[in-house]
Amino acid sequence: MENEIHTLQEFYTYTKGVIYLLIPVILAGTAGFWSFLTDRDKK
Amino acid sequence: MSEVTAAWKINVFRDKSFYTPFNMICGVILIAGGLVTLLRFTGGLASVTNLDNNYPWGIWIGFDLLAGVALAAGGYVTSAAVYIFGMKRFHSAVRPAILTGFLGYALVVVALHYDVGRPWRLPYPFIMQQGTTSVLFEVAACVALYLTVLFIEFSPAAMEWLGLRRARRIVVKLTMILTIFGVILSTLHQSSLGALFLIAPSKLHPLWYSNYLPVYFFITSIIAGLSMVIFESAMSHRYLGHKMDDTHKKEAEGVTLGFGKAAAFVLFGYFSIKVMGIAAGNHWNLLATNYGIWYLVELLGFVGLPCYLYAVGVRDKNIKLIKWTSALTVLGIVLNRFNICLIAFNWYLPSDQKYFPHWMEIVISVFLVTVGVIIFRFIVTRMPVLYEHPDYEAH
Repeated sequence: MENEIHTLQEFYTYTKGVIYLLIPVILAGTAGFWSFLTDRDKK
Repeated sequence: MSEVTAAWKINVFRDKSFYTPFNMICGVILIAGGLVTLLRFTGGLASVTNLDNNYPWGIWIGFDLLAGVALAAGGYVTSAAVYIFGMKRFHSAVRPAILTGFLGYALVVVALHYDVGRPWRLPYPFIMQQGTTSVLFEVAACVALYLTVLFIEFSPAAMEWLGLRRARRIVVKLTMILTIFGVILSTLHQSSLGALFLIAPSKLHPLWYSNYLPVYFFITSIIAGLSMVIFESAMSHRYLGHKMDDTHKKEAEGVTLGFGKAAAFVLFGYFSIKVMGIAAGNHWNLLATNYGIWYLVELLGFVGLPCYLYAVGVRDKNIKLIKWTSALTVLGIVLNRFNICLIAFNWYLPSDQKYFPHWMEIVISVFLVTVGVIIFRFIVTRMPVLYEHPDYEAH
């Protein structure tokens, strides 16, 4: 299998790669959630 | 026995208002708890618990201590919001939160006696210990110091009740330094309780084990503190509303909305770092196992769902929804501590070797919660906690 992990280097490369993909999603989600939480405050 | 005392006792027990459902239930629990306490301290742990070498920590640690400390976090969360961040609109929530925190920590120490035994050895961590690098030493030191801080922080209410003006004036001047001290101590020991499990990477299921356990414990303590303030305020409003003054009644809605908003945002952050935790350990494949499904129940049902419900409650200004969500969140925190300390601990053991609490362990836990509720009610009905004392200026 292509995704098989044999070394610690491969493990960190893979998991860090997934985290780096998650971070922009979470940042955008945080901004979206904050506006969902507060958008009625101004009205 | 003097004649006055005897007459008072006869009057109390003849008075029909003494036999309320609350008093009757509390009475039964106190008697049962007293008997089990006697058994525990005369017969040892084996006579009242199902603890063994695989599970030296049961619900007295998982619930009374780990969940108890987290749920008592409302004190530092509220006082930090009001005194450090200047959110004076939450001022009416400070005293009830500090009282809840103080009683919570006091009962944690009492519960620890049940588990450890030999109460006279309580000061041992400070005079006879294996070294200051022990995480348990740090927890003991912080809990002892923070309990003292909470006692001093709450003391102005007792001093107003007793009329000790000069002493109150001195203590009130210490408010800011006590708040800062409380936040530092809470940050240290809330996270250290999570750090205790770092020593057992092979015993805790990989989905719950993480190098970031101290961070998870600290963040969940903020969520627990915020939710407990909302929950406690809802209970006080319902059962002790006659003790509240207009200021407290007016501010209650703002406290619920403000704390609900904060809880929603912190829950979102917690949910995000938990997902990152799965990615960091590459544990995606474990989510399809039985333990994985249970993990998802905790993550989606008791973190994701309350996060969404708090947000909807705050948007719609639905106080009822926020109050119910606070109860769900508190339940979620208890479940998280149970999972880490008991359910996902020794996860590889066959089910017949897994720990299930003895009924007498449950009696003691219920007994301690009941004692906390009774003392809370006793203090709130006498001291200026849910109302401002007319003779003193708010601090």
